[in-house]
Amino acid sequence: MYDNESERNYLNTPRGWKSWLFTLDHKRIGLMYLIAMAAAFLLGGILATLVRLELLTPGRDIMGAETYNQIFTLHGAVMIFLFIIPSIPAALGNFILPQMLGAKDVAFPRLNLASWYIYVLGSLFAVYSIWTSAIDTGWTFYTPYSTDSTKSVISMTLGVFILGFSSIFTGMNFIVTIHKLRLPGQKWFELPLFVWGLYATAIIQVLATPVLSITLVLLIIEKAGGVGIFDPAMGGDPVLFQHFFWFYSHPAVYIMILPGMGIISEVISVFSRKKIFGYKAIAFSSIAIAFIGFLVWGHHMFVSTQSSLAAVIFSFLTFMNAIPSGVKIFNWMATMYKGHIKLETPMLYAFSFLFLFTIGGLTGIFLGVIATDIHLHDTYFVVAHFHYVMVGGTVMAFLAGIHYWWPKMFGKMYNEFWARIACLIIFIGFNFTFFTQFILGTKGMPRRYYTYLDQYQPLHAFSSVGSWILGLGFIIMAVYLIHSLFKGEKAGRNPWGALTLEWTSPIPPPPENFDKDPVLNHGPYDYDKVVMERDIDKVKMGSVSR
Amino acid sequence: MDTTGNIFLPSGQSTIAGEVDALFSFLFWASMILFAIVMGGVGYFIWRYRHRGRETVTSGRAHSTALEFTWTAIPIIMVLIVFFWGFNVYMKMQVVPKDALEIKVTGQKWFWSFDYPHGAATVNELVIPAGKSVKLLMSSKDVIHSFFVPSFRIKMDVVPNRYSVTWFEAMNPGNYDLLCTEFCGKGHSEMIGLVKVVSEREYNEWVETSASLGEGLSLAEYGAQLYKSKACITCHSLDGTALVGPSFKDDFGTMRVLTGGQSVRIDENYIRESILNPQAKVAAGYDPVMPTYQGILKDRQIDALVEYIKSLAKNGAADEAE
Repeated sequence: MYDNESERNYLNTPRGWKSWLFTLDHKRIGLMYLIAMAAAFLLGGILATLVRLELLTPGRDIMGAETYNQIFTLHGAVMIFLFIIPSIPAALGNFILPQMLGAKDVAFPRLNLASWYIYVLGSLFAVYSIWTSAIDTGWTFYTPYSTDSTKSVISMTLGVFILGFSSIFTGMNFIVTIHKLRLPGQKWFELPLFVWGLYATAIIQVLATPVLSITLVLLIIEKAGGVGIFDPAMGGDPVLFQHFFWFYSHPAVYIMILPGMGIISEVISVFSRKKIFGYKAIAFSSIAIAFIGFLVWGHHMFVSTQSSLAAVIFSFLTFMNAIPSGVKIFNWMATMYKGHIKLETPMLYAFSFLFLFTIGGLTGIFLGVIATDIHLHDTYFVVAHFHYVMVGGTVMAFLAGIHYWWPKMFGKMYNEFWARIACLIIFIGFNFTFFTQFILGTKGMPRRYYTYLDQYQPLHAFSSVGSWILGLGFIIMAVYLIHSLFKGEKAGRNPWGALTLEWTSPIPPPPENFDKDPVLNHGPYDYDKVVMERDIDKVKMGSVSR
Repeated sequence: MDTTGNIFLPSGQSTIAGEVDALFSFLFWASMILFAIVMGGVGYFIWRYRHRGRETVTSGRAHSTALEFTWTAIPIIMVLIVFFWGFNVYMKMQVVPKDALEIKVTGQKWFWSFDYPHGAATVNELVIPAGKSVKLLMSSKDVIHSFFVPSFRIKMDVVPNRYSVTWFEAMNPGNYDLLCTEFCGKGHSEMIGLVKVVSEREYNEWVETSASLGEGLSLAEYGAQLYKSKACITCHSLDGTALVGPSFKDDFGTMRVLTGGQSVRIDENYIRESILNPQAKVAAGYDPVMPTYQGILKDRQIDALVEYIKSLAKNGAADEAE
């Protein structure tokens, strides 16, 4: 599609499929991640639609109980391990991070490519083994069900084990990149907040992922070697698995949300034309969330037979970890105060994020209070809560980021009208689908039920219809995004008038990121000093300073 | 009390439900207010400060210690309130009243079974009296299950190889759904039972008749059950070992020497008498310590025990003949 274009950019230089498969360019690797993730998201989305279709009526609709169990397992595993965990850091982070720092690439380009191959390999392996050996444990793999099961969980866990290394490599790479490859004179507190989000995320990736890997290895040792670790029949402790699992998987939800919060900080500031409010508070709250996030895993286990004292301590720490997230929301709100707000697509997604993530966060309080969690645990309330946080939070932020950096990636603009329509449809469909599930959950509907009692039917039907609306929104998005690649209007160098470094280079950027040495003339959010002309109509280039 | 207008929670039917619901309602309304403030603010700003005309610089005021302190401190205070409130209710949920009726719950793929202190055993139907606290001692025979009664606001995992405990006091007679909430395989969503709450009087009647009386079992099989559930096993062995009382092995049909020196043939009537009036004819060499089972065992149960002891002797006799 760029064949006719004369300018030299990372998409057309060098050419040939080999130059992509062996590329060390972080932008190409980010793009390859994006394509792989789009495939994972499509698969996970189709599975979700099937789950909702089966739940339309209380009895059997389109599949049997065993198939249903496999499908929700695959939906969860694909969405969590293949899509959400790597989504923002590996795709958008890879693409943008070095450009935000004024660097040519990440610190270890070969490791970066390796992490992509490991990701693809692990993904294929995991999906293949879930599919062929019919894993039905849910994405949490709780013992002893997972070890009891006659199906082979070994290859599945091996797949997730491999994926873990991809995550660790990316994390290490980003930490070193942020420490060593910043533009001379670019101080820590002058970094865009997306970088802070990625940094906090990388810390968790490097520290927590090995624990998951160890747990999965123990599972394999038990299953293959007959050593009793989690299986009570062999003298193991099934609840121990839950501790290990959540020791990773709780911090992992911060791997999913922190980079999303980084994107929201960028977008809100840019589209409000306003200096971000409480920069240090936002930066430090990311780090605080990363560290306290390691100490709250027990709130997944209030009814698991862990000690009451432990439960109370975990409950307390959970509340302490809620505070930094709340602080960020107030900061974003204050950023908009007296700004010049433009509700273009990225900002619409940021607004959706604020709306949905706030609901997700507040319902988290219900689950952090042990007395109410006992009733709500393992019901649809939990399902709704984490979809509000993960889809309403991370996916909305991801979409904000995609729309924000789309012109940077491809040099083309998408159709703004259809983008707004799609955002609206997704927002409505999402609330239809998942707000209903809060009510289902409080009424006592347990999660992972193939059939259910008649009294839950109206709400389930409502939720299933919502999932079709949601699906429609994503189909529209796919259409206009793909359309823009071929027929989209050419984008200007800085279509949003942003102040961060990545917008000072040509669009799409050359392989080495910048056409001339990047210079820091101002901080990333200095809208009180600088007005950047938006060259959305590709006429004006460069900036106007006052 | 639940003030969310029955949109969310099902009607609370246990003594703790009111407290849980009051906390839930507080969280709900506090969240609504907070959400209204945040989204109302965001919405207002979007409208009020919408972009008009040319780009100009905006205010550089991007920090306010007082403001940032306030919006950190107020949420901290609020979560501390709900933490301590939740802690308080949780403690009540954790401390089992001393006089609670204890029922053993067993979860397995894919049904619940309940064992009562009086010997009755039910499957997927937990019958309990209203207005009395009930303690559930739970364990699993295979994978992890979870015991959930939405109307009572209680839930507890049921784990293999360890006991877990929960308790509740149901307020009103009625039938309440019991659901498994830990994924346990193909039949997970079928692992549904019923908690049948009845009045104290009806419960006592049920206890009378329930003890199921060995329906579907032969008398001897039923007797074998009672031998364990009625605790005969504690004092009477099956292998000839003399415990507190004589062993049941090869007992029936033989002559027994009593403490007074006389002998008596061990027949149906002797066993019946020894169960209902143990001190009447005490075997030589044993202390007269057995409690009477008058009023505890029903006729059919006595018949069953007699038949069971008889069956033990027959086996024994057969062994001897060989």
